Amino acid sequence: MAYDKLLTRNLGKPNSATLDAYQASGGYQGLRRVFKEFTPEKFVEEVKASGLRGRGGAGFPAGVKWGFLPKGLEVPRYLCVNADESEPGTFKDRLLIEQDPHLVLEGIIASAWAIGCHTAFFYIRGEFHKGARIFQKAIEEAYAKGLLGRNILGSGFDLDLIVYRGAGAYICGEETALLESLEGKRGLPRIKPPFPAVVGLYGCPTIINNVETLANVTLIAERGAAWFAAIGRPKNTGPKLFCVSGHVARPGVYEAPLGIPMKELIEMAGGMMRPDRPLKAVVPGGSSMKILPAAKCDVLMDFDSLAAAGTSLGSAGMFVMDSGTCMVDALWNVCRFYAHESCGQCTPCREGTGWFVKILKRLERGDGVPDDVELLDNVASRVEGNTICPFGEAVAWPVQSYVKEFRDEFQEHVTRRGCPLAAAAAR
Amino acid sequence: MSLPVSTETDRQIDGLLGRFPQRGSALLPALHLIQAEKGHIPLEAMDYIAGKIGVSPAFVAGVVSFYTMFQQTPIGRHHIQVCCTLPCALRGAGSVMGYLERKLGIRRGGTTPDGKFTLSAVECLGACDTAPMFQINEEEYGQLDERRIDAILASLK
Ligand SMILES: Cc1cc2nc3c(=O)[nH]c(=O)nc-3n(C[C@H](O)[C@H](O)[C@H](O)COP(=O)(O)O)c2cc1C
Repeated sequence: MAYDKLLTRNLGKPNSATLDAYQASGGYQGLRRVFKEFTPEKFVEEVKASGLRGRGGAGFPAGVKWGFLPKGLEVPRYLCVNADESEPGTFKDRLLIEQDPHLVLEGIIASAWAIGCHTAFFYIRGEFHKGARIFQKAIEEAYAKGLLGRNILGSGFDLDLIVYRGAGAYICGEETALLESLEGKRGLPRIKPPFPAVVGLYGCPTIINNVETLANVTLIAERGAAWFAAIGRPKNTGPKLFCVSGHVARPGVYEAPLGIPMKELIEMAGGMMRPDRPLKAVVPGGSSMKILPAAKCDVLMDFDSLAAAGTSLGSAGMFVMDSGTCMVDALWNVCRFYAHESCGQCTPCREGTGWFVKILKRLERGDGVPDDVELLDNVASRVEGNTICPFGEAVAWPVQSYVKEFRDEFQEHVTRRGCPLAAAAAR
Repeated sequence: MSLPVSTETDRQIDGLLGRFPQRGSALLPALHLIQAEKGHIPLEAMDYIAGKIGVSPAFVAGVVSFYTMFQQTPIGRHHIQVCCTLPCALRGAGSVMGYLERKLGIRRGGTTPDGKFTLSAVECLGACDTAPMFQINEEEYGQLDERRIDAILASLK
């Protein structure tokens, strides 16, 4: 199927990160159109009509979220751009930030205008040094050309945008932890409700959107809701960046409409890395989402199709595992991540992640006991649904799904006192 | 009392205090500035920044210890941070770490006696397309193998 790239259309062009190059290829025309043809309220409706769903992980419709802002309150409203990109297997926002920052910035300005925000924050994970520098430069260019600051493009709209660097904490990608971090605190998620749209940053109404979500707003500003809604599949509209990593020949970010078959994406990434090792499993949406064994990989990559398959599109961080992969070892690695990143606030998560690591380590090392596989399930069921934020599910889901789909392999680690694959490799 | 940071850093921090709707937001950027100058966040600097912002030193210590990037003790000039999370592990992060441990003669978490290198295992750096990869200070290096690692380390002073 012929598909013209939209989100990655400027990538690879010379100086793609500069304002000059961006404008030369038609950049900021969408913003001009929106200022001229819409009111803020009408543009919120336009984004609703586009069907755009958040690209940060939960897939919540962007326009609907904007509509939750309370009306008539005389307090500031904030927009926080989520550029924390910390979900293992995810590296798409980085690409836009480093190579086409103005595509994101244009969407930020249009969105801030639509929701009546005059101070916005760009929260970027601390490790993205280069991205923070490039985005800061883009902001300075925009101020110099009247695209930020007072009376943007003569519209009467004022907006300041501040880059805020995180400092190494996965949890700060969770929207309320992000707000705490922006307030200069430890990133401990808040209890919801109240939702950030009502009580957010500094206690004021706040919208948090992912980088890629806002880049899509630029496309809607340029060409309208009806055009956007025709891309992809019903209720799963628009272009999408898919991060393909692991055992494929060419790991990378691949753009396609929502709803592309998973197998086609693997082909786009060059197929399997080693011809002698067939596909064993895929995690489609970042490490927090449930794993699909090869037999269940004939799925479409969109929110609803993957939900129907028992998993989730999440952040579209899709990692591919071949037949050489030990599922116990893989899950042990994933659980070490969550044990390290748990903020420690809720007991089930703080303690449960430690249990997972301990049990998986002894299974992999050959010290497992017969009840260990049940115990993993049991602990996961006590973490899931019992924490302040969805981090609990983010670790319970991989544990439950790896065990469910590969139970025999887990049991074998007990009966054969260790990892059959590691033993084979050592021979 | 003499300042625990340079007058330039002090001036930059003063600039941060009025930058946000609430003063507390200045803490993370201030800590980044302090670490950029000192290489870590010394105790005296925690007291100093607590005073500037109007929070307790214990609050600052809590924040510093929460975030992986903030160092509480001095580390080597070159901080090698090897991504060890699954997408990198699937493509050989374990071998990269093992090679570095042998080459530098230290374990992960350690610093070479000459203070040149600190070696850390870190969680996903969002660069899985270049796996296996590491970050040294602010630079990222991907598609690592032993020859490339040798060349990278040899290029560092
Ligand atoms: C543990 C955890 C980590 C998250 N990390 C990120 C992240 O790195 N980037 C992101 O955009 N959203 C992340 N999210 C989702 C955010 O909470 C939030 O839903 C999202 O930023 C909203 O933006 P969107 O509606 O545009 O997708 C995370 C959620 C959880 C529970």
